[in-house]
Amino acid sequence: MGVDRREFLKIAGMAALFGLGGKAAIDIFAPGELEASMEGLPLTKGKRWAMVIDIPKCLAQQAKGKDGCKECIIACHRAHNVPDWGNPKIAIKWIWQESFEHSFPYQPNPFIQEGLRNQPVILLCNHCFNPPCVRVCPTQATFKRKEDGIVCMDMHRCIGCRFCMAACPYGSRSFNWGNPRKAPKELNPDYPTNRAYPERSKGVVEKCDFCIELISKGELPACVQACDKIKAHALTFGDLADSESNVRKLLKQRYTIRRKPELGTEPNLFYIV
Amino acid sequence: MLDRALKGSQGYWGWLVFLLVLMGIGTGCWFYQFFEGLKITGMSRDVSWGLYIGQLTYFVGVAASGVMVVLPYYLHDYKAFGRITILGEFLAVSAIVMCLLFVFVDLGNPVRIMNVILYPTPNSILFWDMIVLNVYMLLNIVIGWNVLAAERKGLPYQKWIKVLIYISIPWAFSIHTVTAFLYAGLPGRHYWLTSIMAARFLSSAFCAGPALLILLCLIVRKVTRFDPGKEQIRTLAGIVTYAMLINVFFFLLELFTAFYSQIPGHMHPIVFLFKGLDGVGNLAPWMWAAAVFAVISLILLVVPSTRRNEGTLAVACAVLIAATWIDKGLGLIVAGFTPNPFDKVTEYWPTTPEVLITIGVLATGFFVLTILYKVATAVKTEVAA
Repeated sequence: MGVDRREFLKIAGMAALFGLGGKAAIDIFAPGELEASMEGLPLTKGKRWAMVIDIPKCLAQQAKGKDGCKECIIACHRAHNVPDWGNPKIAIKWIWQESFEHSFPYQPNPFIQEGLRNQPVILLCNHCFNPPCVRVCPTQATFKRKEDGIVCMDMHRCIGCRFCMAACPYGSRSFNWGNPRKAPKELNPDYPTNRAYPERSKGVVEKCDFCIELISKGELPACVQACDKIKAHALTFGDLADSESNVRKLLKQRYTIRRKPELGTEPNLFYIV
Repeated sequence: MLDRALKGSQGYWGWLVFLLVLMGIGTGCWFYQFFEGLKITGMSRDVSWGLYIGQLTYFVGVAASGVMVVLPYYLHDYKAFGRITILGEFLAVSAIVMCLLFVFVDLGNPVRIMNVILYPTPNSILFWDMIVLNVYMLLNIVIGWNVLAAERKGLPYQKWIKVLIYISIPWAFSIHTVTAFLYAGLPGRHYWLTSIMAARFLSSAFCAGPALLILLCLIVRKVTRFDPGKEQIRTLAGIVTYAMLINVFFFLLELFTAFYSQIPGHMHPIVFLFKGLDGVGNLAPWMWAAAVFAVISLILLVVPSTRRNEGTLAVACAVLIAATWIDKGLGLIVAGFTPNPFDKVTEYWPTTPEVLITIGVLATGFFVLTILYKVATAVKTEVAA
C-alpha cells in the first residue's frame, strides 16, 4: 500500500514535530513507500493551491486553551519575521483571528447559531483566483504565480503606493508603516525571528504567500504544520485542480462558505461552518 | 520670457519668500517621513490613503478644468476667453505639479518610483494615471508657452500647436476620468464602486476649477496691470453655476440609490460621513459644513444679481471651493475606506507633519503658478502697451 495524500499530510505534520520535512519524513515514518507514492503528490506539483478551514475543529481547539489557540499565527509570524507593533492601526497580519460576524460581514443573520457570532475565525490571504490586488498593482510587485495560483508579493519591487490595499476586499494586505527593525523591542525581543527569510524595509506591502519557500521543498505551510502539530487538523492545504485531492474530497463532503463570493474574486479559501 | 519673473514688486517677492518658507517646512517634514516611514501620518491599515491622495484627486480636477476656458475659445471661437486661456493652462500646469508631488509624498518607497516605468503594467489604472497626468502637463506647458511667445511677437502661433490644442481638450476629460477609475473599479469599496464617479469628478472639477480661476482673475486684476476682463469672469460664473448644479444633482443621485435600496454597504459610508458610524463621526461637522457651503454658493450663483456682483461672486466661489474640497479632498477617500472590509470603523485624522507636507506641496504649486502668472501677465501688459 502506498501513501495517499491524506496520509502524507499526516506524516508531514508529525514529522514537523521532530523538525523533519519532505522526503526525510517519509523515509523515517514509512520507509520504502516513498517511490511508489511520490508521483502526483500535491506539495510541489499543485496547480491551484487552496485551503479548507474547519471552523468547528478550530473552535474545539480554542476551547481547550485558557486564551484560545494562536499556534498558527505564532508559527507564521515567526517564520516570516512579522513584527508586533503593539498598535492595531499599523499592525502587520499574515494570518489572524476575527469574530465570525466581522469575518462574514455582509451575510448578517440575527438568529445565527448560538455563540457563533463572536467566535474567532482564522483569516489569511484568500489567494483569489481572480485577484483585484494583482489587477491594480502598477509595478507587478504583486502577481499570481502561473504554475500554482499563489498570489505572491515582491517586497523588493513594491513602491508602497498601497493601491493593492484599497483593492483587496478582505483586508489581507499589510503595509510597513515603520521600519520593522524599529518595532518595540520589548514586544519583539528576538527580532528578526527567522534569518533565513528575507527582511523588508519600511514602506512596502506584505501578505501571506502560502509559504512558497516551504512548499517548494515539499513541506506544508507553517500555519498548517503548526495546527497539525497540536493535532487540531483544522487547516487542510491542497490542490484544488486535482479532483482527487484532500481539499477536493473535503469540499465534496462538507458544506463550505467563502468570504464575499459575490465580488467575483473566487477565493481559494473555504470555511467549514 | 522667463526673465519677467525676475522683476517684481516687494509684494511679489514677499509672497514668493512666504511660499518658499512653507516649501522648506514641508520638505523638512517630508524628510522626517522619509526616515521614519508613513507611520508619522494619520493613515492606518484600514484607512490606507488619506489627505495626500485626497489632494491628488482634488487637484486633478483643478487641472482638468483648464479645458473650461480652452474649449469655448478654440472650439466655439468664443473670443473673450482668448484673454484668459493662458491663465487656465498655467493653472492646469501648476495643479499637475501638485498632483505628481502628492503621489510622490504618499509613496512608501519613493526611491523606487521609476519601477512604474521600468515595469509598465497596462492593467493598473495608476500606470495610466501617470501617463495621462504627465502628458497633460507637457501639453499645457508647450501650448501655453508657445501661444504666449507668439502673442509677444505679435505673430500667430504655429499650426502644430493647434493640433496639440485639439488633443488637449479630450485629454483634460481623460485625466479626471482615469483618476475616477482609480476608485470606481475596486470591488468591496462601496462608496467608490459607482459608475457615476467619473461624471461626479468632472462636474465637481468644472465648478471648483473655474471658481478658483475666477478668484485668481480677481487677484490678478488687483495686483497686476493686466485685467482678465468683466465679461470673461461673468461667463466663467455661468459655467461654475451649471457645473455646481450638476455636481449637487449627481451627489443626490448617490443618496437616492443608497437610501432607497437600503443596502447597508451603500448606506454605511454616507451615514459615516454625515452622522458617524460605530462612534466615529469626526467628519460629520465637516460634511455638514460642506452641505451648507454648497447651498450658500448655489444661492449666490443662481440669483442673477449676486452672480453678477463680483463681490458676492467671490464669496460664492470661495464657499464653493470649500464645499467641493471637503467632499473630494477629505470625505471621498476616508469614506471609501469606511467601514473597513470587516464592517468596522477606524478613525482617520491627518497628523501635523502630514498637514505641513500637504501645505508644502500646495505652496510648491502656488509658487509655480505665481511664476507662470507673472510671466503671462507681464507679457500681456507689454503687448497691450
